[in-house]
Amino acid sequence: MSTDSHTSHAIAPKTGHDDVHGHGDGHPVSTFKGYMTGFVLSVILTAIPFWLVMSGALDSKTATAVAILAIGAVQIVVHMIYFLHMTPSSEGGWTLMALIFTVVMVVITLTGSLWVMYHLNTNMMPMDPSQLP
Amino acid sequence: MASVTADASAAEAGSANEQPVFYVTDEHEHAEGGSTQLGFWLYLMSDCLVFAVLFATYGVLGGSFAAGPSPKDLFDLPLVALNTTMLLLSSITYGFAVLEMQKNRVSPMLLWLAITGLFGAAFLGIELFEFTHMILEGATPKRSAFLSSFFTLVGTHGLHVTFGIIWMITLIVQVRMFGLTDANKRRLLCLSMFWHFLDVVWIGVFTFVYLMGVLR
Repeated sequence: MSTDSHTSHAIAPKTGHDDVHGHGDGHPVSTFKGYMTGFVLSVILTAIPFWLVMSGALDSKTATAVAILAIGAVQIVVHMIYFLHMTPSSEGGWTLMALIFTVVMVVITLTGSLWVMYHLNTNMMPMDPSQLP
Repeated sequence: MASVTADASAAEAGSANEQPVFYVTDEHEHAEGGSTQLGFWLYLMSDCLVFAVLFATYGVLGGSFAAGPSPKDLFDLPLVALNTTMLLLSSITYGFAVLEMQKNRVSPMLLWLAITGLFGAAFLGIELFEFTHMILEGATPKRSAFLSSFFTLVGTHGLHVTFGIIWMITLIVQVRMFGLTDANKRRLLCLSMFWHFLDVVWIGVFTFVYLMGVLR
């Protein structure tokens, strides 16, 4: 009797749960058009930075560096959308939450390490022997 | 079933002693594999952090040549471009395999999967060729901090590709033996995420390591 009442009790929150988190929303549907769009975009976004560096089309090195980093970032977003099928609503938004958290951690790791180590390098490295008294 | 009985006894105990319960007593059941996609995504995100640390290490040590060879002396951009092409092509062929999988067509799916594996193997072959070439020139991981961090970062990516290929071969055998069952489809979609994720990491590698290195 107690088990019976429990099962009926257990089913109700399950369906409610699925509505909220969208667990059973099945696999993302891929399309030929989506894959081809992603592929063409990534070929273009790969060719441009290689061309920029190999031909030296931009005179300034800083400008080239900024350009290839920006194009790289755009290409990563293209891959996320067209190949990894990221949408704000996939898995009830939990993949996007995990991604945002990871991006924050990656940015902290990269900028933090580079920033701290740059200052350590410039301020604490032993001087060149010729500069010693 | 076990959770139901445990739950029922917990509920009885709770009603008998009127003790508060501080955990979820009604563990609802998930459909088999219902949370695999999300779980695998979380694994990929943690893998992303591994690569973030390796990128940060390379960013810090990438300029410490110890009077040894610099990226300009070592990197061959046309070869890297060829390597990138291999990985990009393997991404789209895996996409075609997923499309065939959605149509439940086993043979074309297996063909595209095999082609993907071959592109992956070509990528690895070119990378190993590059590594041997560098090592024979004396640019070993021991030579400088730049080379240590370079081999660790690019080598870890290569190791991921290696395991991806092993996984792909395993799935080809699985699908040949058991067909496109729900479990196999789930595995194919997980490998799809893994494979495309490796392509994303490679974008970071060729931009940050190779192109920026030659530019430096």
